[in-house]
Amino acid sequence: MRKSAVVVIRMQQNSNFNLLYPDTIDWDVFNNNKPSVPFAESVIDYLSALSGSLLKDRQSRLYPDVITFAYFCRKSNLLKLKNEYIDTAELRLGRGVAFHIAPSNVPVNFAYSLVAGMLSGNVNIVRVSSKEFPQVDLIIKHMKDILHAGTIDRQKLPQIALISYSRDSDATAFFSKMAATRIIWGGDSTIATIRKNELPPRSFDICFADRYSIAVINPDAVMKADDKDMNRIAEDFYNDTYLFDQNACSAPRLIFWTKSKSLNEAKERFWNSIHDYTLKHYNLQAVLCVDKLTAFYRQSIDMDIRIDEMPDNLIVRTDILSQVPTDIDSYRCAGGYFTEKTIDSLDEIAPVISNKYQTMAYFGFDKEELENFVISNELKGIDRIIPIGRTTEFSLTWDGYNLIDMMSRIISVK
Amino acid sequence: MTLDEILDIEPFSLNSEEKHAILNDRLRQLTVHHYKNCEKYRRMFDATGLDINNLPEYEQLPFLPVRLFKEFELRSCAHDDVVKTLTSSGTTGQQVSRIFLDREASSYQTKCLTRIVSHFLGTKRVPMLILDSSAVVKNRAMFSARGAGILGFSMFGSKRQYALDNDMELDIEGMNAFLEAHRGETIFLFGFTFMVWQHFYKKLIESGYRPDLSNGILIHGGGWKKLISEKVSPSEFKQALNTVCGIAPENIHDYYGMVEQTGTIYMECKCGHLHTSAFSDVIIRRPHDWSVADFGEKGLIEVVSVLPTSYPGHILLTEDEGIILGEDDCPCGLKGKYFKISGRIKNAEIRGCSDTYAAKF
Repeated sequence: MRKSAVVVIRMQQNSNFNLLYPDTIDWDVFNNNKPSVPFAESVIDYLSALSGSLLKDRQSRLYPDVITFAYFCRKSNLLKLKNEYIDTAELRLGRGVAFHIAPSNVPVNFAYSLVAGMLSGNVNIVRVSSKEFPQVDLIIKHMKDILHAGTIDRQKLPQIALISYSRDSDATAFFSKMAATRIIWGGDSTIATIRKNELPPRSFDICFADRYSIAVINPDAVMKADDKDMNRIAEDFYNDTYLFDQNACSAPRLIFWTKSKSLNEAKERFWNSIHDYTLKHYNLQAVLCVDKLTAFYRQSIDMDIRIDEMPDNLIVRTDILSQVPTDIDSYRCAGGYFTEKTIDSLDEIAPVISNKYQTMAYFGFDKEELENFVISNELKGIDRIIPIGRTTEFSLTWDGYNLIDMMSRIISVK
Repeated sequence: MTLDEILDIEPFSLNSEEKHAILNDRLRQLTVHHYKNCEKYRRMFDATGLDINNLPEYEQLPFLPVRLFKEFELRSCAHDDVVKTLTSSGTTGQQVSRIFLDREASSYQTKCLTRIVSHFLGTKRVPMLILDSSAVVKNRAMFSARGAGILGFSMFGSKRQYALDNDMELDIEGMNAFLEAHRGETIFLFGFTFMVWQHFYKKLIESGYRPDLSNGILIHGGGWKKLISEKVSPSEFKQALNTVCGIAPENIHDYYGMVEQTGTIYMECKCGHLHTSAFSDVIIRRPHDWSVADFGEKGLIEVVSVLPTSYPGHILLTEDEGIILGEDDCPCGLKGKYFKISGRIKNAEIRGCSDTYAAKF
């Protein structure tokens, strides 16, 4: 460990990174911090204090994603999760230093990654995007408030370092040397870039790569919904997609409709209500309109599609007239671009599902029906099946990984 | 009307109704032509749901984003008939547009360019002073849109002289001899806006050399983007050049054009407005729903041209923003729409967790 201490001095002089939290840090000391058991009391206390602090702040109300995060960190929720995730017969400890590389474009994601690292018993270093986000600043401000208020005993404060640095910094190499687990959020090329930095022999990466998500909708359920339900569905679907410019991995891009007499009517109803909601809430950038038009023509060259008429460019929808090609996931575009396909049964979806597929959002199906579909078709992909409106919900099981288990080790005692 | 007949029209003589009828006819013709001869175009057209046998007015015909020419080989002539492939300028690593020309398309481009430019330069070829370095054309490795532009306009010059040597320094001796030999004649000056400013104007200021170009007519293009940091307005540009070489500000013409529609360029008139000719049109679209914007309203620029036959580029959506200032009533007397460019469309600021590290962190 002496060796890394030498590096520390050089790094601090070069200031190849910005320390966002805490105010100062001695990496040598930080690195020697001990892991704890998963869902340690001190961690739960800290997070519920953070939750309370965020919920009390009027500023937080400006950001629904911050509020959702604060709710996630409430003591009751954490205790519920503890129940779900802890096997009392098992002895576990965090793996050591967890080094998180948060995505540059989903503001609150860094905080969820951190929470997963804390709950699994690790000491955490989180690289936050260097892009400015008020949500990030707000959460860090409350973390600092707790640090300075002194209401939690310094010894009991979880060890956290929040940093940011630019692409050309050598900080990734430095922090990777400390990491027992490295958590990489981002696309395929991010992962390739980060992986050029070696980890210690026993350490490993948890990668959240580029994913693709779909939705299945039952038209009869759309027709059965009353107007109030329809408004809620529109808001839900908006939060799944447009809230993050349809650029979150979990955002549906390909939508399957099951066959029904009322299919056309249901589609019209569904998209009209989403259009109404989007018109009020989404700021459509000009360049995205060009992107979507380009995506449409690109797709039309490679497969038989027909555009569906909409009053404007907020929603661009195309209908696949032939079979869905297996590389359909490469015909995506941010900002409200949807490919639709009518199917006789769910099994028709199976051939295109690769391990790139993450979320299947649904409306108007039984959970069991969808579970059966995944299992009976022995799918390579789809890690979560979740109702429309909840696709951006964070879970400690993500992309098929149980994060608590992945970031802790089992001590077997015989 | 055949293309030959169209190109015989005086470039700035048609009023909006006459022009609309001709463009409707020609652009529908071209749409059918590309539908029949370019499979990719046919697939794109069919996906829009339009009926090829019942085409709407040209404002409602599909406009292809220029980006598609970077991603796909879009061609409406046989591979073997391609005599020339034009490529757009682009920095290293960037994909470039590829525009395929057969013999006919290539010769009509030249003819059309000649029709438009002669309106400003006269039909007789005149001595040409190129405000660039000869190295741009000589060196194949450097050969680019800049080189292609110089070569394309060189047909208007009877004699040619480069203002800059291989090291981008003023060739004072060469210019002096050239101007001496052509004393009293009209001199055609050509260059790229940025080069004219950075390497011609600034070097003149530095060196104190003051060539007499009071008989000069300057045509320059390539956009103002690189000059933004210099904060030079078009009128300052003209005034500054007038001060160092005596060229009359009304004889300085900017032009707007793109490799995807070479031939139908948009020339700046003496009032400082870019003009559509009888051979092409500009439509400003509202990004929100692609509806046609009002005059005076900023939007994305769609360009249409009567020329493209060997590639489906007759109706294109650019990534430039602009404003139509009026039609048929510019004080300069030229008919047609006149407009100005506001700049390039802003890059997207998008959220989400897709791959952004490599590009943005």
